[in-house]
Amino acid sequence: MPVAANTEFFIDPSRCIGCQACVQACEECDTHRGHAMIHLEYIERAQSTQTTPVVCMHCDSPTCAEVCPADAIKRTADGVVQSARKPRCIACSNCVLACPFGVPKMKSEFELMMKCDMCYDRTSVGKKPMCATVCPSQALHFGTREEVERLRPRAQPVNRFRFGQQWITTKVNMMAPAAPPAYIDVTAAMHAGPTGRRYALPVVGAGASG
Amino acid sequence: MTSVVNERSTMEAFGPHRAYASGLRLASGVEPDRVVNTHCCFCGQQCGIQLKVKDNEVVGFEPWTDFPFNRGMLCPKGVKRYLQGAHPDRLLRAYQRDTTASSGFAPLAYDQAIHRVAEAIGRIQQAHGDDAFAVLTGASLTTEKAYLVGKFARVCLRTANIDYNGRLCMVSAAAGNKKAFGIDRAANPWEDILPAEVVWISGANVAECAPITTEYVWQARENGARIIVVDPRITPIARTCDLFLPVKPGRDVALFNGVLHLMITHGWVDETFVARSTVGFEAVAEHVRAWTPARTAEVTGVPESAIRQAAEWWGTAQTSFLMHARGIEHHSHGVQNVLGAINIVLASGRIGRPGCGYATITGQGNGQGGREHGQKCDQLPGARDISNPEHRAHVARVWGVEPESLPGAGVDAYEIFRKIDKGEIRGLLSICFNPKVSLPDNNFITRALEKLDFYVAIDFFLNETARHADVVLPGSLHEEDEGVVTQVEGRVIKINKAVECPGDARQDWRIIQDIAGALGRPHGFTFDGPRAIFDELRAASQGGVADYSGITYEKIERQFGVFWPCPSEDHPGTPRLFESGSWNPVARGTGPFYFPDGKARFNVAAYTPPAEDTDADYPLMLTTGRVVSQFLSGTQTRRIGPLVDQYPEPRIEMHPQLADRLAVRDGDWVTAETRRGDCTLRALVVTTIRPDTVFIPYHWPGRKSANQLTIAAQDPISKIPEYKVCAVRLRKAAAAPDHAVLEPQQG
Repeated sequence: MPVAANTEFFIDPSRCIGCQACVQACEECDTHRGHAMIHLEYIERAQSTQTTPVVCMHCDSPTCAEVCPADAIKRTADGVVQSARKPRCIACSNCVLACPFGVPKMKSEFELMMKCDMCYDRTSVGKKPMCATVCPSQALHFGTREEVERLRPRAQPVNRFRFGQQWITTKVNMMAPAAPPAYIDVTAAMHAGPTGRRYALPVVGAGASG
Repeated sequence: MTSVVNERSTMEAFGPHRAYASGLRLASGVEPDRVVNTHCCFCGQQCGIQLKVKDNEVVGFEPWTDFPFNRGMLCPKGVKRYLQGAHPDRLLRAYQRDTTASSGFAPLAYDQAIHRVAEAIGRIQQAHGDDAFAVLTGASLTTEKAYLVGKFARVCLRTANIDYNGRLCMVSAAAGNKKAFGIDRAANPWEDILPAEVVWISGANVAECAPITTEYVWQARENGARIIVVDPRITPIARTCDLFLPVKPGRDVALFNGVLHLMITHGWVDETFVARSTVGFEAVAEHVRAWTPARTAEVTGVPESAIRQAAEWWGTAQTSFLMHARGIEHHSHGVQNVLGAINIVLASGRIGRPGCGYATITGQGNGQGGREHGQKCDQLPGARDISNPEHRAHVARVWGVEPESLPGAGVDAYEIFRKIDKGEIRGLLSICFNPKVSLPDNNFITRALEKLDFYVAIDFFLNETARHADVVLPGSLHEEDEGVVTQVEGRVIKINKAVECPGDARQDWRIIQDIAGALGRPHGFTFDGPRAIFDELRAASQGGVADYSGITYEKIERQFGVFWPCPSEDHPGTPRLFESGSWNPVARGTGPFYFPDGKARFNVAAYTPPAEDTDADYPLMLTTGRVVSQFLSGTQTRRIGPLVDQYPEPRIEMHPQLADRLAVRDGDWVTAETRRGDCTLRALVVTTIRPDTVFIPYHWPGRKSANQLTIAAQDPISKIPEYKVCAVRLRKAAAAPDHAVLEPQQG
């Protein structure tokens, strides 16, 4: 059974609290138990508590599949890019190096590339992916577009990305401000610092060091 | 006899060891024998969760998306909670202390252990009086167990000295709520957060300590709410808030007084509500007259402009929700902080209506239910007062004893240790409490434990405190018993049994009843299960403020929980308190608040500095708290491998300005010293904390324990310890500490 066409994945990093419930829950998925496929990164912990989760974006034209010399990576008709097929994967890591979002993981113990498959065992039977089900901030959200439009008027889904000269359209949406850009320029954002609250205070009792 | 015990050998035998998924828990496509709807065993959110059971073992979980509070959402602790079962450290039998055994303990037959406990209780009480034997309990117990232990202390042991670890958690909020509202419960269900125009969060690291509440706050923001966060640290919830007030630890009441001052001077007080539904406003208005923005800024360390902005948003909102947690409550004036918060809620008139809310975020799993039914030193079931003759008479009638036979109020959990130190208390039974890690100035606690003539610990793992026990009895894990708990909103929910107790372990209520039997006083302790205990609890609570009499297990299942008060079986429960025209047993129709005149109370909330302010010798403030992957003293979470790996060891969080002065870089070993002890940990250098404040999470034992440093100063009303501020100094450590060779979860 394919993933229902009216349900989509929406990521809103401004909601992320870095709790790693998604990472812990990803390990519980039946297709890759014990191995988390999701990435959760601090942007720059020294400056901010900002974190961001990265699942597979499930590209329309997946770079990972395009660079695979063994044709091991398949995109099913419902738009989900699957983990490498074990009989075909030659563990060359081309996909790991090529994915602009940094998603695939080379599991050398299995000689196999593994990646987020949008919890295909769950989403193909009408359930939500594990990470988006448990996410306490709903930075990872799985549902219908109507639901997101109704619940989240402050942001709009965007699924066009620019990496230098490469343009990518994805199945997974990134929530952007209410008047969103037509695409997200990832290369341009790479050198931006963390966002959110900061403040500077002089040290109280400076000089009286402990 | 020469002792051969060393802590390493004890840890080798009893842990903490880290458990990871293996076997069935790692296999794909395992068909569970059954899936059990229950709740997480950790914090006060009590998220619904489904446990997958195969061959009497919890092998995994499935999100319970139908449960309305969390709709499937879980934090990392909830996701991995299933790994606490079938754990190599699990106590499978009774033990007695044996200094000739390298682990410190020798196995003991269960019946012999019970006999030894009863004999010791009898001996101590005969020689030193009934109050010389004390009971310490916990707010992770089901309400049935909490009720039974309270009854056991009062009826079987006849000791006044029972208290619980909620003393470290919810008591300031409880005392403040009772003074202002006459009732101690979150005033609103969490759905009232969603339509709030302003969400005010004081002293609550929501993202890490109550993660599921995050989604409610973010959804309120989607609906247009402004989020105000008051905290010495830019926690994850504070990072994107609309207004951040970086308060100096211990100054919250000054901030609330300053906000009320501005509400009054700008005419932002709901005078109709104040006149109709409250008393005491004039005295409070007079008191806050001195709290000008300039003085408030000076005392709190918050810029005046931010105070004015917060007051304006709060003062002019049509709907709002104010929530706070241990950040304002863990103080020697924690009750005053809570009263200050309630004063700005009452002045706004925004309570008792949809989208108009106030709540403390209860910390422990059964923090709410665990304090209502009799394990708190001054309370009887139904949130009744042990000093009130009518209340005593009601409960004595249900228990079939004379009211005069019930002891009076005992002392708080910390005072129990002072009495142990003084030799007044000679024996102790503890269950579900790890004071050697969780109480402040815990080197004192360790010394006191060694003075006991007899100590029996009931638990499922040998926690650090239980290493001092003479007898250890193997109790039950959360998933091995059924019963109710009351979560953060005041919703009574049902914990369902998933598996049987292994080995000689058994449900804690059975152990308590076995001790009562061995003491020759089984009357009132012959229940055949939690349902029977709950039925008696319902009767004992009837007519009280916390009235559970109309709650049944079936109604809980049917309604996804029942909000107390629920005074009859045809009553649906009370999600929102203080609605206009609502009836309660104290006001009896005169008004919505729980006083005879039905009106809420303003209370003058006086500011006093922390018990130990900074000085030239100790120039910095230490504050303590939690991290998201650990829970309380870590008895469970330090045994769950993936949770340990997520945040392996405590670090001292400090601002780079401070680190520069100490010549410390991120990851360096740093020694923190207070007048009570020292602790050497690695630095975490971040700009997300006030430069005059350092933070250490408290989940670890031994030489990694933050509570070696904290102060045992307590609030005079609630007796909560001042975990959130004391004076500290730091220096770069010359070398790695001895504990660096231990595994991360050990200490």
